[in-house]
Amino acid sequence: MIKIIENKCDYCGTCASVCPKNCINVKEDDIIIDHKSCIDCDLCVYICPIEVLESVNEA
Amino acid sequence: MKHKYDIIVVGGGPAGSMAAKYAAENGADVCLLEKTRDIGYPVRCGEAVGHAGITQFVEMKDTWIAEKINSCTLVSPDGTKLDVPFANETGYILNRRIFDYDLSRIASKAGAQIFTKAHVTGLIYRNNRISGVKVNHIGEEKNIEAKLIIGADGVDSRVGRWAGLKTTVKLRDMEACMQYSVSNIDVKRNNMTMFVGQNYAPGGYLWIFPKGEDFANIGLGISGTYSKQKSAKKYLDEFMDREYPNASIHTSMCGGCPVAYPIKKPVADNIMIIGDAAHHINPVTGGGITPAMKSGMLGGLVAAEAIKKNNVSESFLNKYVKDIDRDFTKRHKTLYKIKEAISKLSDDDINGIASKIDSIPVEKRTLQKVFMSSMIKKPSLVIDVLRVFAGI
Ligand SMILES: Cc1cc2nc3c(=O)[nH]c(=O)nc-3n(C[C@H](O)[C@H](O)[C@H](O)COP(=O)(O)OP(=O)(O)OC[C@H]3O[C@@H](n4cnc5c(N)ncnc54)[C@H](O)[C@@H]3O)c2cc1C
Ligand code: SF4
Ligand code: SF4
Repeated sequence: MIKIIENKCDYCGTCASVCPKNCINVKEDDIIIDHKSCIDCDLCVYICPIEVLESVNEA
Repeated sequence: MKHKYDIIVVGGGPAGSMAAKYAAENGADVCLLEKTRDIGYPVRCGEAVGHAGITQFVEMKDTWIAEKINSCTLVSPDGTKLDVPFANETGYILNRRIFDYDLSRIASKAGAQIFTKAHVTGLIYRNNRISGVKVNHIGEEKNIEAKLIIGADGVDSRVGRWAGLKTTVKLRDMEACMQYSVSNIDVKRNNMTMFVGQNYAPGGYLWIFPKGEDFANIGLGISGTYSKQKSAKKYLDEFMDREYPNASIHTSMCGGCPVAYPIKKPVADNIMIIGDAAHHINPVTGGGITPAMKSGMLGGLVAAEAIKKNNVSESFLNKYVKDIDRDFTKRHKTLYKIKEAISKLSDDDINGIASKIDSIPVEKRTLQKVFMSSMIKKPSLVIDVLRVFAGI
C-alpha cells in the first residue's frame, strides 16, 4: 500500500502523471490516493522528487 | 459562474490562458477553471524562455523580465566550463508569477471568464457524450455544462485520462525536478549555467538561472530511471552544500517535466488536450512555456471554429492535431531521439566532448559549432543523430 508521509507533500502532481491507474488526486494542498484502484506498482514512489511516498506492507 | 458555456478550459497555465484567449477572441463563450487560489502561483519552473518564442504570441513586457540572457555556460562532469555566447538569440529569465497572471488577464480581456479555487474533479456525460465537468468551486460542488472541454491541466493530466486519452508518462520519460530560489550567492549576470553528468543530474541537467543581483533559480531535473535510486532533492541538496553552503533559500519547490513524445491522440469527441498535459515540451531542454502557448493558441483557434460550425467531433478536432503536427510535432520527435542519444553518453564521453569544444576560441563558438564538434568527438553520436534525421 502507498503511504503518504504527512506534511511533506508539495502538491506538484508529478506522481499523478506516471500513475497508470489515474488514482492520485492532487488538490491545491491535499493529496488523495484511491487505494481501491491502486495496483502497487510503486512508480509514484520512484518519481516523487522529495520522497513523500512510501510503499508499505499491508498489515 | 454560469451553468453553461461553449468551452471549459481546465487549468490556468500558459496553455490554458492562450487557448481561452484565442477561443474567446473568435466568438466562443469560454470559462477557465484553475484549482489554485492564485494564477501563476506556485511557480514550478526555471522560468527561462527565448525572445523569439514568446513574441509569437504577445509583446514582451518589462515587468515579466527578471534577467536578460545573452550567453550560456556548460559545465562538464570534470568541471570544464564552456562559455557559449548567443549569436542572434536573446533569452530571458521570467517572473512567471507576473507573466502567467498577465496571460490570464489577456484571456479575460478577450472575453473568457476565469475562476480560481475551482478544482475540476471529473467529467459529466449526456447520452454517452462528454457534456461538461464536475467542479469544486471554493468548497461547493457544481456541474457545469459545455460543448467542448480543453484539458490544460499540466503535468497531472487527469482530464484527458478521464476521457480515455493516453496521457500517462513513462517513468523514464519523466524528469523529477527540484528547485530553490536563492540569494546570497555569486552569480554570473546575463548568463545561464548548465551542469551535466551523473554527479549533478543523471539523465537531465542542473541549472543556475540568475534573477538579478545575487539571486537565482538553482534547480535540476533527473530522469525517473535514476530518481528511483536517489531523489532529485538529494542531488540538489548535495550540490548546494558543496557550492553554496551560505545561500539563503527563499522558495523551495518540486515538479515534473514530461520529456516524452507528444501524445499520439490528444483529441476525442468533445475534448482536446494541450500543453504539458499533451507532453508538448522540448524533450532536450524541458522548456515547455513556448510549446504550451503554441498548442494553446492552435487548440483555441480550432475550438472556436468547432463551436461556430457546431461540430465538436473527434474528426473535426483533428484539425488541431494536423496544425500542431505541421508546427512542432516532428521537431519534438527529433529532439526526443537526440535526448535518447545524449542519455547514452558516459561522463568520460562528455568530458571528451567538452575538451574538444574548449579548443574552439570563445568568439567563434556558436551553438551549432558546439554541436558539430560534439559529433566529431563522439562519432556514435553522429550516427544516432543521423538516424534521427533519417527518421529511423
Ligand atoms: C522544475 C521545472 C523547471 C522548468 N523550467 C522551465 C524553463 O526554464 N523554461 C520553460 O520553458 N519551461 C520550464 N518548465 C516547464 C514549464 O513549466 C511547463 O512546460 C509549462 O508550465 C506548461 O504549461 P501548461 O499551461 O501546459 O501547464 P501548467 O503551467 O502546469 O498549468 C497547469 C495548470 O492546471 C491547473 N490544474 C491542474 N489540474 C487541475 C484541475 N483538476 N482543475 C483545475 N485546474 C487544474 C494547475 O494548478 C496549473 O495551474 C519547467 C518545469 C519544471 C517542473
Ligand atoms: S510527486 Fe511527491 S511532492 Fe509531488 S504531489 Fe506527488 S507526493 Fe506530493
Ligand atoms: S503505486 Fe502505482 S497505481 Fe498505486 S498510486 Fe502509485 S503509481 Fe498509482
